[in-house]
Amino acid sequence: MSRPMETLFEASRAGRVGYALPPLDVPGVDCGEALQGACRENAPRLPEMAEVDVIRHFTGLSRMNYSVDEGFYPLGSCTMKYNPKINEAAARMPGFSRIHPLQPEETVQGALELMYILSDMLAEITGMDAVTLQPAAGAHGEQTGLMMIKAWHESRGDTKRTKIIVPDSAHGTNPASASVTGFDAVEVASDEEGMVDLEALRALMDDTVAGLMLTNPNTLGIFEKHILELTETVHRGGGLVYYDGANANAIMGKARPGDMGFDVLHLNLHKTFSTPHGGGGPGSGAVGVKAELEPFLPAPVIVKKGYRFGLERLKDRPRSIGRVRSFFGNFGVLVRAYTYIRTLGAAGIVEASEMAVLNANYLAKKLSSLYPLAHKGWCMHEFVLNGGPLKHETGVSSLDVAKALIDAGYHPPTVYFPLIVPEALMVEPTETESRETLDRFAEAMEAIAAKARKEGPEAFHDLPVTTPVSRPDETTAARNPILRWQFDENS
Amino acid sequence: MSRYIPATAEERRRMLEYLGADSMDTLFSGIPEKVRQKNPPRLPDPLSEPEMVRDLRVLAGRNRNADDLPCFLGAGVYDHFIPAAVDSIVSRGEFTTSYTPYQPEVAQGTLQSIFQYQTMVCELTGMEISNASMYDGATAAAEAAVLAASSTKRKKILWGRNVNPQTREVLKTYCWSRNLEFGELPAENGRIDHAALEKMLAGGDTAALVVQSPNFFGNIEDLKTLGEAVHGAGGLFIVSTDLLALGILEAPGKLGADIVVGDGQSVGNPMNFGGPAFGFIAVNKPLMRKMPGRICGQTVDGKGRRTFVLTLQAREQHIRREKATSNICSNQNLCIVAASVYLSLMGPGGLRETGEQILAKTAYTVDQLEKTGKFRRAFNGVPSFRETVLLCDEPVADLNRRLLDAGIIGGYELEPEYPRLKNGWLVAVTENRTKEEIDRLAAVAGGDA
Amino acid sequence: MTKIPQDLRYTRDHEWIRIDGASGVMGITDYAQHAMGDIVYVELPEVGRQVKAGEDFIVVESVKGANDVFSPVSGKVAEVNEDLDGAPELLNEDPYANWLVKLEPSDPKEMDSLLDPAAYAKLVEELEAENE
Repeated sequence: MSRPMETLFEASRAGRVGYALPPLDVPGVDCGEALQGACRENAPRLPEMAEVDVIRHFTGLSRMNYSVDEGFYPLGSCTMKYNPKINEAAARMPGFSRIHPLQPEETVQGALELMYILSDMLAEITGMDAVTLQPAAGAHGEQTGLMMIKAWHESRGDTKRTKIIVPDSAHGTNPASASVTGFDAVEVASDEEGMVDLEALRALMDDTVAGLMLTNPNTLGIFEKHILELTETVHRGGGLVYYDGANANAIMGKARPGDMGFDVLHLNLHKTFSTPHGGGGPGSGAVGVKAELEPFLPAPVIVKKGYRFGLERLKDRPRSIGRVRSFFGNFGVLVRAYTYIRTLGAAGIVEASEMAVLNANYLAKKLSSLYPLAHKGWCMHEFVLNGGPLKHETGVSSLDVAKALIDAGYHPPTVYFPLIVPEALMVEPTETESRETLDRFAEAMEAIAAKARKEGPEAFHDLPVTTPVSRPDETTAARNPILRWQFDENS
Repeated sequence: MSRYIPATAEERRRMLEYLGADSMDTLFSGIPEKVRQKNPPRLPDPLSEPEMVRDLRVLAGRNRNADDLPCFLGAGVYDHFIPAAVDSIVSRGEFTTSYTPYQPEVAQGTLQSIFQYQTMVCELTGMEISNASMYDGATAAAEAAVLAASSTKRKKILWGRNVNPQTREVLKTYCWSRNLEFGELPAENGRIDHAALEKMLAGGDTAALVVQSPNFFGNIEDLKTLGEAVHGAGGLFIVSTDLLALGILEAPGKLGADIVVGDGQSVGNPMNFGGPAFGFIAVNKPLMRKMPGRICGQTVDGKGRRTFVLTLQAREQHIRREKATSNICSNQNLCIVAASVYLSLMGPGGLRETGEQILAKTAYTVDQLEKTGKFRRAFNGVPSFRETVLLCDEPVADLNRRLLDAGIIGGYELEPEYPRLKNGWLVAVTENRTKEEIDRLAAVAGGDA
Repeated sequence: MTKIPQDLRYTRDHEWIRIDGASGVMGITDYAQHAMGDIVYVELPEVGRQVKAGEDFIVVESVKGANDVFSPVSGKVAEVNEDLDGAPELLNEDPYANWLVKLEPSDPKEMDSLLDPAAYAKLVEELEAENE
């Protein structure tokens, strides 16, 4: 790892250029005249650099990132599996990257076909009847799905359903998505095993409830054993059930949300289907629905007419919730997901979930002597360790453990989530890790626990030390926000 | 066995043995019998890499792309020059395969990139604060409208009919789901009709006016006057624009904008059939804590070294849950890295030169088309950038078909969305179009070829 | 040791209030500021706003999260503490000297349902024991 770097704005030198355009081959025009006073008065203070300087700058920055390509990234709930390189090559083919979304349909048949097949494959994997690829991310998918729930109730003249029930163990996005679609989020408690309390759900269910959002396996990494009773309870009360696909990597080929009673779901193609996270995006939040909700899908919808592929637009779909993003979604991400599923095929898809679950159970058992597990029995693709006892015994918190792991060469697990486990460490190894990697990680965790017992919390406060910077002062950052480079006005 | 999974059959067996499980199925015994899947999914057979490449080539080959056909289509997505250095950087696994920078010590590369991107957006838009990016320009406009409604505690959003139809459709969807009202303003000579605006503002209940400039027709709006009008009525002024255009156009922040949004595809991102690229949103200090999405800030570490970190997170969904300003979690991070590399290579001079070339080439294209006698400008005396509306002698669908037969992607057909623009054709000319391509366009369009 | 001044009334949500005739002044308790950690921003209500007892009307942001502050009594917001703008750390330094808002209570009887210092001290004691 390298050291902190100067910013682009410090590296800039007036007069340097990093580009060349062909000489203008048509008569030039006067900018002021052409734009009639709309011309920019002061040039933006963008960097002025030669190409080599730009490349070195960004290469230097890249070396300050930890990535899946570098090593183990057991970040719970994020499914940081290996991102195959063929997917990248696919998305860069000019036939995919150099096409315009408004080209005549007959000139983009391959792109429409790819999306059509991908939708079909996702519907088959999840047991849903139709899939839209338009949402740009998981949260965007949630929003889209909830909008369809809202539209469905509205279409039945049922306007008093204003609540969405969300478990207390849910991702923060769930209540936020409910709120941005005009619903009130209501929490339902978990029982001792971390599953939704069926009785509590029954008590909440009435004719003001529009639906329930559920992650299954849930955020403790266990499968809701009363899943059919849960979805049935909501259906009997007149609501719909939403499946948050954040944890879908656990169940491919093993169980389908469509068979569990879910009416709407989203999948994070950047988790389950191996498209890279890109340091925070672009992702894709494909949304699947049962036939009853199909008329409400965002438009346009890709349809097959004989051997041709075409679009059904908003004007042809009067019950559609409308458009949630421009054009067709993050198409480049869709190309990657298509490539992944075609590469794996049915056998590979099932194998991915099986190995994800085997790796998680293997690692959980290895770590269970150090930290109590938040679940009993087998876990699915991830598990949660309770860091409370170690903290109580040694004063070393889960955040300290996370920082020590960085020095050991690993990306830390998700910490302090789910909220229902104290000092939670949420570990998701994924299927693409070898046994040696899991063994070494377990050894690193063991060494950290031993260090905590021997040296106490003081030994951890300055960690990590192997990184370009150590723990940032987040208080100062939030109290006096500096959100852009401050130019020296005198220079 | 999948080539993405290291574990051999023997290793799997031994791992199961370590767990005391008889088989894989044992591990899945927590799934109730009734919902357990009996048959594998019906998917095509696995493909080796050479087979996969063949399949992809067949699909890609069924698309006609801008490497082979000069593209005069715009309407929100543009064929601009992208230096090779951009893809070289965004192909690096350290950027591609890392997660959201929640562990700042191992994500300074991403964080510093975001901070620099935020600075560049502020410089281009003339605003004080940018976030780390949005899904696209359309959702950025919709989130801005929601922000304005919550900040003014009013419910009505106005926008022009000459805002990109994709953006208008997304605005409508978000307004419906958030229980907001909206109104659409007619255009007069291709720009917002001021008289109609004054009338709609008179109710005093407008939360925000959304203006696009350059608008969907390519025309540059009189932002200053529009901003004064909406401010006079107590609403916020949202300007939707384009980062590449701002290399040459005055910054909306200097013309009264309260929120500046737009799509960033034009700076360093391929057309990608419409995505991914990114949206941007920028505000001034009073709206800072209501801004959706993640924001990166500068601070110091324990040793006093400059450090970047995600900040103002109390607004966000993972902390604020149902009270968050928005449910957005991700940013289009890799796309803003591309934009940052592009903007660093081009610099202020490169953006300016690109803008000037576009002005010159657009003017030349319109001249050549007018000379055929079959085209005339729809709007007169109005400045425009990159796109122009021409009225044709023949239906645009026929014209575009002839162009396609001649190997040219023609402009956007306006009449279905704007019936008053009969045979209206929206032609986009970027710096990538050559004189020879433009001459060929005019020859075919004019019927001489 | 958590400070609990004897001349104030308290809520179970860790707000304090002092009434002087027709006007009240309120803030968050020492326990609250300690639990929140480093406070980074305070979102104060508009002067003139009518609030009900128990209504959330202030947000105190810390690095850890955003915390709703509830009004101990019903009434009108008469004044907000503008010193906190740009210096939110004052709440960490002394949450009693640094009040949040002044209120004009509309129903003096509501004061009777608030905790006296002894009752609040007992609540804090219980909470601290739980966190041990």
